[in-house]
Amino acid sequence: MTAPAADRRRAIFARMLLMRRLEESVALMSKDHPFGHFHLYIGQEATGAAVIEALRPTDLATTTHRNHGHLVGRGADEKAVLAEILGRADGCNGGRGGTLHVTDRDRGFLATSAVVGGSIGLGTGAAHALKRQGKGAVCAAFFGDGAMEEGIAFETLNLAALWRLPVLYVCENNSRGALGARAGEFPTSEMAAPKLSGIPESLGIRTAVVDGADADAVHAAAADAVDALRAGDGPVFLEARTERWPGSRPLWPELLTGETDLALAWEPERIAGDHAAWIREQDPILRYARVLTDAGVCTRDDLAAIDRDVRDRMAAARDFAAASPWPDARSATDTVFALEA
Amino acid sequence: MTGDRTLTLREAILEALAEEMERDAAVLYIGEDVGAAGGVFRQTEGLFDRFGAGRVIDTPISEAAIVGMAVGAAMTGSRPVVEIMFADFVTQVMDPLVNQAAKLRYMSAGGFSVPLVLRTAVGVGGNLGPQHSQSPHAWFAHVPGLRVAMPATPADAKGLMKTAIRTDDPVVFVEDRMTYNLRGPVPADGDPVPFGQARVARAGSDVTLVAISRMVHVAEKAAAQLAERGVSAEVIDLRTLSPLDMDTVIASVRKTSRAVVVDGGVRQFGITGEIAATIGELAFDHLDAPVRRLGAPNVPASSATALEKMILPTAEAVRDAVLSLFGTASATQEEPKT
Repeated sequence: MTAPAADRRRAIFARMLLMRRLEESVALMSKDHPFGHFHLYIGQEATGAAVIEALRPTDLATTTHRNHGHLVGRGADEKAVLAEILGRADGCNGGRGGTLHVTDRDRGFLATSAVVGGSIGLGTGAAHALKRQGKGAVCAAFFGDGAMEEGIAFETLNLAALWRLPVLYVCENNSRGALGARAGEFPTSEMAAPKLSGIPESLGIRTAVVDGADADAVHAAAADAVDALRAGDGPVFLEARTERWPGSRPLWPELLTGETDLALAWEPERIAGDHAAWIREQDPILRYARVLTDAGVCTRDDLAAIDRDVRDRMAAARDFAAASPWPDARSATDTVFALEA
Repeated sequence: MTGDRTLTLREAILEALAEEMERDAAVLYIGEDVGAAGGVFRQTEGLFDRFGAGRVIDTPISEAAIVGMAVGAAMTGSRPVVEIMFADFVTQVMDPLVNQAAKLRYMSAGGFSVPLVLRTAVGVGGNLGPQHSQSPHAWFAHVPGLRVAMPATPADAKGLMKTAIRTDDPVVFVEDRMTYNLRGPVPADGDPVPFGQARVARAGSDVTLVAISRMVHVAEKAAAQLAERGVSAEVIDLRTLSPLDMDTVIASVRKTSRAVVVDGGVRQFGITGEIAATIGELAFDHLDAPVRRLGAPNVPASSATALEKMILPTAEAVRDAVLSLFGTASATQEEPKT
């Protein structure tokens, strides 16, 4: 595997950190601003950031209830994303979708489906349209391992294979280490298939399985996949496996691993507590920080400077979102139809 | 009723499930996160420990498959209660529910029964957004062959669930998720509450308020406000949409001469139209004013609290609708134009 160019690796890291600090802000704000049940992307940043780095701005994407990271990772304004999560008027979607449905058309997001499996169908349809347009654009459909349990996954994979559609299926398998069968923990999803990629393989779809917490590995696989898609070779199924972040084991997410301390990447002896193993071995942010400094791509100071900038942006975004007004109730019935009767 | 024991609506249903599972080994509970996790609304808490994984069955996220299988199992001797976490996801199971479960008894000329309960949650609140806030109970009531029950009180929730499990017809058992913590008296032994018998939740003489599920409580609150203004409102809790007890409604309207129908589903083509039209057909000569209908506007529920709040009829809106029938407020039907 060839590592991505240095500037790409720095960009991937910056995206990852943006995702992490956004989700920490979401968790923080959930204490004072009830905005409904939410899902955090912590632990999966390497996958989203590296796939997004492999896409062009003209490519499209669909995503899920766990969308926050994808959105800011692809450049959606963190102020508008946070405001949307809080259901405010300045949100990307005027507060209508909230945390489950953050979208940004200008960043190529068609939809965020909170119904499991929805993003697979929509993303494949977008790929069909893109193929007809003939400009070489592709669509990335993000979804979790649970979506593979829905009938729409099988039906859509079959069609995409038959019609050789330029769709990158990004299956973020975050269930490695999930213990849903234990009382009080979610989810309990399960598949009989020994590996999820065996399902698309049986339909003749090209697959790749990568460590979803290894940004360079994800980027290499995604870049390969996108090349194949643009060449018209048909769909690719990328399974990115991550260890479930402990904070998403309870029904309501909690920052069980604390606010990320970047310095721990180089001072692992300071890592302590119940979730030390996850932080030490799995946290994709700390892992990539270490990779980049070991490879001489960045210094610790470079990364700390990126972090300072990201933290400042998030602080501003939190203030912005909290101050944003509620949507005007009189606007509630706007845009139900294209043509107002 | 034994003493003044109270339970929440959630606990009352849980008790019905446990009692029926104890009574009949054919009763199973099937759904996502319903086992050791105890359900996302804690609505199956304890069942897994008591009845084991063979009868409280966790499934993958495969709604169409589990309902399809439940239909086949129900035809083969099991009595499954299948949970679809949010009614929004019933869209995933419309084929096995509507084309299979609802039709099989008829298509086999009575040869097969489908004793299946599809338990699901409707309701608006908690910022869950457009794909987790729908109240599509009217869809189910539109299908011949499906029974539809929607409890308003904990006692009814227990009794109606018992009937749902014991009946040989497929039942869609619809709970408003915002009523789970509602507390009320529940009999410890508890007979089943029969389907098709509406309940007079409050007696009155000047106007009939017809509602179901959470909206019964909104109607009762409106009735209390109306009493302060000297208007005596009778509140009818339908309990089930199929069968629909119009006899109780018509008897009330003959007495009061006025009716307002309130529902949490979208008003357009919803249950209020069916009930109002039937009142018009059967009690026209007794009416002193047009039947008024309140429901959700023709718009998806937003995540934003400010927009979410305008979806459901409020007690104040019901009160004003009633007052309009007496000429003390505007008689026009305000419905946001969409």
